[in-house]
Amino acid sequence: MRALPPDGDSIAAPARGPLRLPGRTISRGVATGEALVLEAPLSFLGGIDPATGRVKDRATGAFNKTVRGRVLVFPTGKGSTVGSYVIYQLKVNGKGPVAIVNETTETIVATGAILAKIPLVDRIDIGRIRTGDRVTVDGDAGEVVVVRGKGGD
Amino acid sequence: MHLSKEEEAILVGEAGEGRRWAMELLVALGDIFGAEDLVPIRSAQLAGVSYKTIGEAGLRWLQDVSRISVVSVPSMLNPTGMDSHRWEEMGVDRAFAQKQRSILRAYNRMGVELTCTCTPYLIGHLPAFGDHLAWSESSAVCYANSVLGARTNREGGPSALAAAIIGKTARYGLHLDENRKATAVVEVDAGGKHVDWGSLGVLVGKELGTSVPYFKGIAPMPDDMKALGAAMAASGAIALYHVEDVTPEAQAALEGATHLQTIHIDQTALSEVREGLTGAIPDRVDLVALGCPHLSLEEVEDIASRLRGKDPRPDGPQLWVCTSREVKKRAKEAVKEIERFGKVLTDTCMVVAPVERIATTTATNSGKAACYLPMQAFCSQRVVYGSTAELLDLVAE
Repeated sequence: MRALPPDGDSIAAPARGPLRLPGRTISRGVATGEALVLEAPLSFLGGIDPATGRVKDRATGAFNKTVRGRVLVFPTGKGSTVGSYVIYQLKVNGKGPVAIVNETTETIVATGAILAKIPLVDRIDIGRIRTGDRVTVDGDAGEVVVVRGKGGD
Repeated sequence: MHLSKEEEAILVGEAGEGRRWAMELLVALGDIFGAEDLVPIRSAQLAGVSYKTIGEAGLRWLQDVSRISVVSVPSMLNPTGMDSHRWEEMGVDRAFAQKQRSILRAYNRMGVELTCTCTPYLIGHLPAFGDHLAWSESSAVCYANSVLGARTNREGGPSALAAAIIGKTARYGLHLDENRKATAVVEVDAGGKHVDWGSLGVLVGKELGTSVPYFKGIAPMPDDMKALGAAMAASGAIALYHVEDVTPEAQAALEGATHLQTIHIDQTALSEVREGLTGAIPDRVDLVALGCPHLSLEEVEDIASRLRGKDPRPDGPQLWVCTSREVKKRAKEAVKEIERFGKVLTDTCMVVAPVERIATTTATNSGKAACYLPMQAFCSQRVVYGSTAELLDLVAE
């Protein structure tokens, strides 16, 4: 792998190329979308409204933003074990993320993603991804590819 | 992952679709988390019961599954969105009630016992030390692992159901000795005062997330640990903790451990958390709700004894006292006393019932409920957090 400049280094031109982050397959499938990065662990139950797809937890730093059609990026799951059903509801309601990226996936989010057939890769340094980046999650290869969005550096 | 011939056959569908999908999910999780094989389980406990939490999509999925699958080990159900008998008195509407009944029918068709409680261990489903389980309600998971020394991961609702159908779960995480060691030490100095277990749990869950905390300086009773674990599992994702000289695996938890992160918690820190849990004016409470997790017989009797000789406050808030059907049955006299002031509800609680349609401000003594009640996409409550005595003062004089 080629070396990459640290985040926030706005001068280094090579950062314009796609950033390939190898991880671990949790749920198979491939999808691309705009990243929505949450700053805190997420409880799907209570944290995201399954009827609208909007984030309802202020600690995430993304209050009221929609996860619909996005690549949802967050460190790890927390809270209620019913979260798996919330992920499934989001998918059935057409309000779900197209893919998920985690630092560490736990059983509840893994179960929900597998059940809802949402591609998920974990063991990713999510500090390398920013809201607005264009992200491809390759759940078959266990890889995440990031292209800096316009809002990035 | 190593599968037996029989397990392989199930995976390729030779035992029918009703077992195939369940095996597929268990094997997927096993592969992800590096399990070597499947381990037989003694029982399953299934979350994902309230219509409010699983919605129409969850109901339909369960109905589909219930047409093709049956459970193969004792399986208990988590609380539902309403008291099966008194839902109208609770203010639950008919449409919700019908959906809720459909969910219960689907589980029943699969052979799941409609226990409808988050405290199965209080009503005869007491796992033994070392039993492997697939439990999914987060406070029950924490209690089974920590207080009873049984072994279960925090299963998601559907993965616990898959395990119930197969009678096994993937052997990873807390099923393995090495993952049951303490990963952090929590030294509590409450200055000799009574410990507020809910606040302590909320704080530790937030600070330590998914760790295995080892507590020093506290001496909780079983009901205290019920409250402590529930709060840590709600504010974080803690599924196992140890308490020095109290819990069964405490000694083994420190063997081989070096340089553990240590956090110190004093009375000041606990008071700050406690104040932070209250987000409303205490004199404008609509609902006082006790019983998250479901109350034990001793707790129901304690509430009754605190109310004895008092009168309901005129224009006071509603009172819900939530417990399991079995405990309510055993606490006849206490129930009679409490019902002078409010309702003793079974099968449900203030978190999974549609409380957002019933109240705007709810008072609770539960750290867990204080985490879930304010959530906007869930219960949307303003919360008053207080002790049992403080809450009962709102309804009785």
